[in-house]
Amino acid sequence: MRAALKRFARNRMAVLGACIIGVVALLTALAPLLYPAGAFTLAGPPLQPPGMRYLLGTDALGRDVAAGVVAGARTSLLIGLSAALSAVLFGSLIGALAGYYRGATDIVLMRLTEFFQTIPAFLLAMLLVVILSPSVLSVIIAISAVSWPGIARLVRGEFVALGGREFVLASIGLGASGPRIIFRHLLPNCVSSIIAVGSLLVASAILLESGLAFLGLGDPNVMSWGLLISAGRVTLRSAWWVCTFPGIAILLTVLSINLIGDGLNEALNPRLRER
Amino acid sequence: MRRWRYFGYRLAFALPVVFGILVLNFFLIQLAPGDAASVLAGESGAASPEYTAMLREKFGLDRPLLEQFLAYIGNAVQFNLGYSFRNDSPVFELILARLGPTLLLMLTAFGAALTLGTALGVLAAVARNSWRDAVISVITLICYATPVFWLGLMLIVVFSVNLNWLPTSGFESIAEGYEGWERWVDIGRHLVMPGTALGLFYLALYTRVMRASMLEQTGMDYVVTARAKGQTERKIVFGHMLRNAFLPVLTMAGVQAGNLIGGSVVVETVFGWPGLGTLAFNALQSRDLNLLLGIFFISACLVVAINLAVELLTITLDPRIQA
Repeated sequence: MRAALKRFARNRMAVLGACIIGVVALLTALAPLLYPAGAFTLAGPPLQPPGMRYLLGTDALGRDVAAGVVAGARTSLLIGLSAALSAVLFGSLIGALAGYYRGATDIVLMRLTEFFQTIPAFLLAMLLVVILSPSVLSVIIAISAVSWPGIARLVRGEFVALGGREFVLASIGLGASGPRIIFRHLLPNCVSSIIAVGSLLVASAILLESGLAFLGLGDPNVMSWGLLISAGRVTLRSAWWVCTFPGIAILLTVLSINLIGDGLNEALNPRLRER
Repeated sequence: MRRWRYFGYRLAFALPVVFGILVLNFFLIQLAPGDAASVLAGESGAASPEYTAMLREKFGLDRPLLEQFLAYIGNAVQFNLGYSFRNDSPVFELILARLGPTLLLMLTAFGAALTLGTALGVLAAVARNSWRDAVISVITLICYATPVFWLGLMLIVVFSVNLNWLPTSGFESIAEGYEGWERWVDIGRHLVMPGTALGLFYLALYTRVMRASMLEQTGMDYVVTARAKGQTERKIVFGHMLRNAFLPVLTMAGVQAGNLIGGSVVVETVFGWPGLGTLAFNALQSRDLNLLLGIFFISACLVVAINLAVELLTITLDPRIQA
């Protein structure tokens, strides 16, 4: 683990990504101190350009864009992390069952996985949010419902590769139960790949969330970057800053998470480094 | 001959996918709050009681669940996807009218991203670890992290509002009354920004995959052989490696086809492009769930069709693939 950490620290891009995410997390933590009034309250005159008083300007309703960006960071990180985590848990379970039991279970589960990979993910997420009515929870459910197939295929592949190894055969010989072999022996061996791919899922979850919020499918009572951008669209011609800064926030966050994910992948799976 | 059998096998796999989407749609209708008849009639309250009663009769919503399901499938197979009260038109006709612009947008973005992405990937792989490789990888990383709708808005700010080069929205300038060739140029001008916004993410994706795939080929025996024969580097790259390295990109592109439709929903909304995406957005605003389900079904069929086309292209490019 220490060796992996060292390899990660040597990857300059990954460290840069980690620093940016650190700043985003810090801003999120400090939000109540920086903007005690919250993101939805009036801060001053409408459509003020960025300046000393309003760092990133104000929107058409006179709300501080900077306060919105800081509040949106919390939403994006929260939704991105929880959606990716639940997708990882569900995907791992499906992949583990398919890869361990093989046979009919495998065929059925993998056909299901392929099916979910084929259908248009964003449209399904839209439908799920509409049906469950927009809220933070329904957005998380919708995003994880379309994000799990990649993990399932990954875990299944690892399980199939590990299936015939001596330690597994030894456990079977010792009479270990299926769940015990899956959770005690096989899954821990996949953790590094799951972490690497799962971290990239956080990035795609944040992109999905911002897209949904942009279309008006976010929680209407929670500030988010997508919501800010969609609200700023109306004044795009006269006030570019309302749309621009939340978008830069999305870009930087997603970019950093991708860099961290690539770094983790290289650090945890050094055999793949050549690629 | 065996290749065609393989294609037939893939075709046979596509049909259950279409069926699966219908099952999923039916499940989603059941999941939706309220009576299925009011869901099918669009926004609840918009339809007259007589119409809702007629729907209940026609779709058999007063019968057991299994019969309801069979009725739903039966209707869908005949492309009877219900009626949109909001738009006062059958769902299937609404979708059909919007299919053309969406296909134009998607295929343009897809084609451009695939061609340019392949070229950039080759360029990066050939000059591995040079400044060119570094520049390309920074660009792909940024494109990979940019939300498409935001990119669209920024393009509008720069190229329409400030430079006044390109039209902000729409499919064509109807008021100008262009005809023939001029009309297509006009449509093309409208297409530039949405196509760029939609395509850049995939450009980044294909570049990354192509680069990795090219690097994977470098150590292969056939490359070493070609080099030993004294062939020029240009011939090795374009004559030998390109075709082999392209296959994973193509497979990837097929898998990503579904996401392309999702992206086009957002892009069309930004640019007022009169396709399926704008239709979906309007359906979203009025909570016309049945229209959304219809769009979902047809889009999924479209993805299946694109996958099959990619499959066909793959077996043409790689004769080794067999059932």
